[in-house]
Amino acid sequence: MKPTNTDDPSYFHKVVDCQWACPAHTPVPEYIRLIAEKRYTDAYMINWHSNVFPGILGRTCDRPCEPACRRGRIEEQPVAICRLKRVAADYKSDIRDRIPEVPKKKNGKHIALIGAGPAALTVARDLLPLGYEITLFERDAVSGGAMRTQIPRFRLPIEVLNEELNYVLDMGVNCRFGEEITSMKSVMSEGYDAIFIGTGAPLGKWLDLPGHSDAADNIHTGIEWLANVAFEHVTSIGKKVIVLGGGNTAMDCCRTSKRIGGKDVSVVVRSGFDDMKASPWEIEDAIAEDIPILNFHVPKRYIVENGKLVAMEFEKVRKEVDENGRRQLIPTGEEPAIIPCDDVICAIGQENSFPWIERDLGIEFDKWEVPVLNKATYQSTHENVFFGGDAAFGPDNIITAVAHGHDAAVSIHMSCEGQDINRRPDPLTNLSSQKMGIHQWSYDNDISADFRFAVPHADKEQTLNDINVEVELGFDEQLALNETQRCLNCDVQTVFTDKLCIECDACVDICPTDCITFTQNSEESELRLDMLSPAENTEQDLYVSGTLTTGRIMAKNEDLCLHCGLCAERCPTNAWDMHKYLFNTAKAQDSCQS
Amino acid sequence: MSYINKPKFKHPQLQTNDIGLTRRDYEGTLTTLCGGCGHDSISAAIIQASAEMSLEPHRIAKISGIGCSSKIPSYFLSKAHGFNSVHGRMPSVATGANIANKELSYIGISGDGDSASIGLGQFCHIVRRRVNMLYIVANNGTYGLTKGQLSATADLGSRTKSGEESLFDNIDLATLAIELGASFVARSFSGDKKQLVPLIQAGLTHKGFAFIDVVSPCVTFNNTDLSTHGYKNTWENHIVLSEVDFVPMREEITTSYAPGKEKEITLHDGSVIHLHKTGSNYDPMDKENALHHINAYKKQGKIATGLLYINQTTSDLHELQDTVDKPFNSLGCHELCPGDEALGDINNTFR
Ligand SMILES: Cc1cc2nc3c(=O)[nH]c(=O)nc-3n(C[C@H](O)[C@H](O)[C@H](O)COP(=O)(O)OP(=O)(O)OC[C@H]3O[C@@H](n4cnc5c(N)ncnc54)[C@H](O)[C@@H]3O)c2cc1C
Ligand SMILES: Cc1ncc(C[n+]2csc(CCOP(=O)(O)OP(=O)(O)O)c2C)c(N)n1
Ligand code: SF4
Ligand code: SF4
Ligand code: SF4
Ligand SMILES: [Mg+2]
Repeated sequence: MKPTNTDDPSYFHKVVDCQWACPAHTPVPEYIRLIAEKRYTDAYMINWHSNVFPGILGRTCDRPCEPACRRGRIEEQPVAICRLKRVAADYKSDIRDRIPEVPKKKNGKHIALIGAGPAALTVARDLLPLGYEITLFERDAVSGGAMRTQIPRFRLPIEVLNEELNYVLDMGVNCRFGEEITSMKSVMSEGYDAIFIGTGAPLGKWLDLPGHSDAADNIHTGIEWLANVAFEHVTSIGKKVIVLGGGNTAMDCCRTSKRIGGKDVSVVVRSGFDDMKASPWEIEDAIAEDIPILNFHVPKRYIVENGKLVAMEFEKVRKEVDENGRRQLIPTGEEPAIIPCDDVICAIGQENSFPWIERDLGIEFDKWEVPVLNKATYQSTHENVFFGGDAAFGPDNIITAVAHGHDAAVSIHMSCEGQDINRRPDPLTNLSSQKMGIHQWSYDNDISADFRFAVPHADKEQTLNDINVEVELGFDEQLALNETQRCLNCDVQTVFTDKLCIECDACVDICPTDCITFTQNSEESELRLDMLSPAENTEQDLYVSGTLTTGRIMAKNEDLCLHCGLCAERCPTNAWDMHKYLFNTAKAQDSCQS
Repeated sequence: MSYINKPKFKHPQLQTNDIGLTRRDYEGTLTTLCGGCGHDSISAAIIQASAEMSLEPHRIAKISGIGCSSKIPSYFLSKAHGFNSVHGRMPSVATGANIANKELSYIGISGDGDSASIGLGQFCHIVRRRVNMLYIVANNGTYGLTKGQLSATADLGSRTKSGEESLFDNIDLATLAIELGASFVARSFSGDKKQLVPLIQAGLTHKGFAFIDVVSPCVTFNNTDLSTHGYKNTWENHIVLSEVDFVPMREEITTSYAPGKEKEITLHDGSVIHLHKTGSNYDPMDKENALHHINAYKKQGKIATGLLYINQTTSDLHELQDTVDKPFNSLGCHELCPGDEALGDINNTFR
């Protein structure tokens, strides 16, 4: 293998598994250390700069960081990264004086944002400090998008939502709320320098089965129904409720039903329990609220008696894998299942839809009616029109919408400055030694062996009776501190200097997880097997040195490194040293250095 | 924040051996030696060797003298028996222990100061007595623990970090051991575990006195470019007389070797040492030949390593003394004091 090029900013970034996996690349271990020091406000601001909604995300994030967390490969469970983010939000002090100042004197450019969800609000936040004038159009009378209309209050309290929305709106957004855009042409005619479309994926899917038209009043689409509950247009539901679908929307629908009158609420999914799309923790929470999940039931018809929905019929199936490896649902031949119900909620998917964008404006759509976009710049085929969030590539999650927002803001700024938006700015990185003494580091390398700590929940009696009572209580300070100690500090990198190495083997001998091997160089596949313990996880890099005095090379398997620093403590020559790698994506403010 | 314990987390695919243990289960406490000290690599090699052989830690006794080297039994096999004795006196304690219980495996750990200076007399006698054990000298050419005086194994003209030059020729413990009747003599280098680990395994299996002189640099006091015991010189000048593969008794022997350069030696328990000779007319079964090769290389400033000499025909201490089959420490009151009648019988033989 060739020696590793650690000057490539993505090399060490990739080692920080959580940050690499986070769509907004939040510097996770850095904020976890600050929480351990009780510097909650500092921890919050690191988050705020990266992901704009730390308090919201600390409760609701899809947390792609956690499955990626190295701790999950070392023991069973990842660090509770997401819930630690919430700790920063819960215990911080007033942050208003830390929000970037917005210049009184504007730069003369005017940007329109359509839809007040997380994507558009991120664009607003990134561009306002640069002097842009921002006009935000929103159909609803309030901002927040799906964070307000979809995510139920027992997962995300209204105060937390409003607080973080207001940090952005108070920077001086020109709000045109309650204004649904019905014609893109007319927005364009207002003469904006750029338009960002962040209208989400607002179209819920129906399940059109026999009996549908007779029972329409009691058949709801998940996302519309949740929005109606959020705005208190709907305050009750029948006693017996069937929720169709196995995603997170289904989980929110069943749990919401339980709180506004549903007694026998069940979730019914077509395929197996293991194939459900919902996050494991959302499923756990639903089960904890005594909601049964029936799998391998394919819906067949709505049963209506005397003009009223009374039940649904399901065909029972089992899973088989055919010779092409495709999963198939085969009827078992048993009697169909009849499940009585007063209401059915279809939570089987949603789509983005743009009936209001005229097709002769130069904004192209593909054959699925999805806008044609540049995946790096979020620019549409019209040079001044950008998309982000669920509107761009279909339904995803908040943190992805935020990441799109940052990138779109970079594009808009560069384009307004007359620069080539395809030449993306480099990330901001810093690599610095953490050595304080022979055995002393500026980070706490003595990680704890504890298993993941669970977040305490409020009393079930109470939460099921009041839709506004938050279920999760959050970590208290002690639990939070304990959980922070599980973090491996993956951003503190092992950095190797080959010309210093005397090949004494001290690092090999001390390494708890057999990361380091000195051996003859070979092809990567061979080298992976030639390690002290095999390096089978090919998603994780080998760090390879140049040729050493004996003709061998040093190869380090990044996969299982605990970042304990023992290799560097034992190294007599400082050939190993521990360097903290700070990585921040370039935001709009960093993109035009002229 | 400083000097943490080695985390208990281990590589998830770390192999378990025949008795269900992983290499990590053969570790000791965290080393207190200087980072980069060769002695730590010897600990690691012993850990690897005994894990691979599925040795039962409680059937091993580790005995040492005084010195940085003699500290290392703390850093491996924490579940084994141990005795950290007096400077230069490890051989007496090991002999005594071996007399008392011949069923344990004995690993003696010593330094060049411990064995070639203060303990040279004891060393000579334990070799001569053919105690069944593995005796390792971690040889750094200096007294590490007392901060870097030249030792008796330092080569003529070699210099320590303080600049002190060795005015005398060195004592070579390996050739001494061969001359005094050791039946297994090897030399290796702490930096080269591929060589050291099978030698330790073979030495532990060998019945009789097995000796390994391990060049083990003192990174703090004797690792200059002018020291013959430093990493640089040893990496550049150690010559492998014979590469060794060790195949434990239980495993099927699958590798086939070219005739001539390859030699198979079956040990008493059925384990096999494969020797791959790199020197053309070198014969580790021939004492004179072995000594000749070691000395010839030494004249060129080279360090001969590998299995230098092996003789499987000699008897060990217990065989020579014709001791009873049961270890002494398990003999009960009745066996040790067989009563008046037996005493009468013995006395009768003198009448
Ligand atoms: C039930 C449910 C639960 C969810 N839970 C989570 C969760 O726990 N965690 C998570 O990360 N993600 C969750 N998501 C997904 C997440 O909410 C979205 O991915 C995210 O909000 C998308 O942000 P956005 O900015 O693209 O658009 P949205 O948040 O959807 O905002 C779009 C906004 O545009 C407005 N709008 C639309 N059309 C027009 C128009 N023509 N004129 C004016 N305004 C318009 C809408 O009113 C809306 O306010 C959930 C989604 C659903 C449906
Ligand atoms: C009877 C006695 N004399 C002297 C000493 C001082 N002393 C301690 S260790 C040592 C030399 C150790 O050298 P070596 O055996 O080579 O071990 P190293 O530290 O180099 O590994 C000496 C002289 C002692 N502890 N006891
Ligand atoms: S252990 Fe800490 S730094 Fe490493 S991936 Fe997990 S959260 Fe990130
Ligand atoms: S920091 Fe060094 S010693 Fe610790 S696990 Fe990583 S490579 Fe091994
Ligand atoms: S401890 Fe340092 S000098 Fe020794 S082998 Fe490792 S990197 Fe090289
Ligand atoms: Mg010494």
